[in-house]
Amino acid sequence: MSDRSKQSASVVVEAIDVHKSFGTLDVLKGINLTVRKGEVVCLLGPSGSGKSTFLRCINHLETMTSGRIVVDGQLIGYHERGDELLEMSGKELAVQRRDIGMVFQRFNLFAHQDVLTNISQAPILNRGKSRDQAVARAKQLMKMVDLEGREGAYPYQLSGGQQQRVAIARALAMEPKLMLFDEPTSALDPELVGEVLSVMRKLADEGMTMIVVTHEMSFARDVADRVVFMDQGVVVEEGTARDVIDNPQQERTRAFLRRMH
Amino acid sequence: MNAKKIVPAKNWGQRAIAVVLIAIVALLIYMVATSRHISWSTIPQYIFDETILDGIRLTILFTVLSMVISIVAGAILATMRLSSNPVLLGFSSLYIWFFRGTPLLVQIIFWFNIQLFIPSIDIGIFQIDTNVIVTAFVAALLALSLNEAAYMAEIIRGGLLAVDGGQGEAAKALGYTPAQAMLRIIFPQALRVIIPPIGNQTISMLKTTSLVSVVAAQDLLTRAQNIYARNFLIIELLIVASIWYLVMTTIASCIQYAIEQRLGRSAKQPPAVWKAALRLMRAEGRNG
Repeated sequence: MSDRSKQSASVVVEAIDVHKSFGTLDVLKGINLTVRKGEVVCLLGPSGSGKSTFLRCINHLETMTSGRIVVDGQLIGYHERGDELLEMSGKELAVQRRDIGMVFQRFNLFAHQDVLTNISQAPILNRGKSRDQAVARAKQLMKMVDLEGREGAYPYQLSGGQQQRVAIARALAMEPKLMLFDEPTSALDPELVGEVLSVMRKLADEGMTMIVVTHEMSFARDVADRVVFMDQGVVVEEGTARDVIDNPQQERTRAFLRRMH
Repeated sequence: MNAKKIVPAKNWGQRAIAVVLIAIVALLIYMVATSRHISWSTIPQYIFDETILDGIRLTILFTVLSMVISIVAGAILATMRLSSNPVLLGFSSLYIWFFRGTPLLVQIIFWFNIQLFIPSIDIGIFQIDTNVIVTAFVAALLALSLNEAAYMAEIIRGGLLAVDGGQGEAAKALGYTPAQAMLRIIFPQALRVIIPPIGNQTISMLKTTSLVSVVAAQDLLTRAQNIYARNFLIIELLIVASIWYLVMTTIASCIQYAIEQRLGRSAKQPPAVWKAALRLMRAEGRNG
């Protein structure tokens, strides 16, 4: 998709003035973000800047203190009644989360299931897929993440990089409209980072809408349509990778980038 | 040519203690075997006595029923204890505190005498004498189950806590409902941690059921007591009962060993969780 068509594409995620505090600690102090269909947005920032917390608010793994997040036209996590936002039940949240894929820093593959079950169980349970359909799709996805033939393996038999690629396949099996990546390569040995990033690159090329929390500057520079730099719970700077990474305007961004190199 | 025979150090202290032990055991066996006060010939005659066999059936029934009830009740209590609702959490904590903190023997006698303060149970126009419902059997089963449920709750809670929090988060993110996440992701993994201590508790329960003899609940020990009350063959019948308890616990231990071998062999679990299981098992052994 060209940059211009992305600008006019429909909005997938709209976050408005998202606040989050743990007790007296303000982690998010009013985050605004719009992500359009097919866009890849990278969230950068020092640890503790709130980028992971914000990402987890998008599928309501984390509750927010105030603000609103709309994904594909649906208000996430709450029913709007008059001037109140009522939190949804676990079942209703589950339905909303089926359209939002998530990949975790520590993979979180289901340890008691083989790879095939890890990928195919959720579509069978919650997408009404037949077993045959789900298994066929799982095998396709395993091919896409370059792990053809490892369907019978258990997570503990795989390397970190392989586990993370299975985790990506598992999330994709639900046919999400949006993929969230929470530092997907931070728990990997350096030589395994590349194989995961190349799968993510492939996904971006196929037009998947992605929000990626990462410390991989080269990935952000090459793949991201937009880079958002966060620090201390606010968006400090936002723009194309070239603007933010190569020509930062804010001193805080510059200081962070100096530390990264 | 020059290879000389290597002689390991002899531990004279241990050898001396071994000799003393053999002497003590031999003396005990001699004393028991030659005692004119034990009529050995009556033991085989009571081993397969119909009354004794009935008692064994009831002891097994008590064990199975109380384990099943306590696992279900324990699972509910464990879930309550892990919830964020203060009333559910408080109830569960209070229950566990009370039932673990009072002796089982007291609880058995209490349930047996419940009609002293609840003489009848009224349901609408129906009024039933409490003694009709809470028989010795029901009192015994209630006491064993409710007491065991408190221990089971802690075992199951430990198992649920041993499952990495990321597993539940991943299930949520994939759109599993809370019930699906619990039944398909968290509980199956907790099971590996829960099963070994449940085995220990079951073996322990086989013996614990003998306490219900205080309310004459017709278990194995009650039957043995009933027989020796008539013929005064006290030691002989206690030996008969002990033989049967040993048979039952030995069989149960073999079953437990087989299950644990199987759990260990399939090893579909990263080593960390298995280590947690063993740690928990040891902890349970202490308070069980």
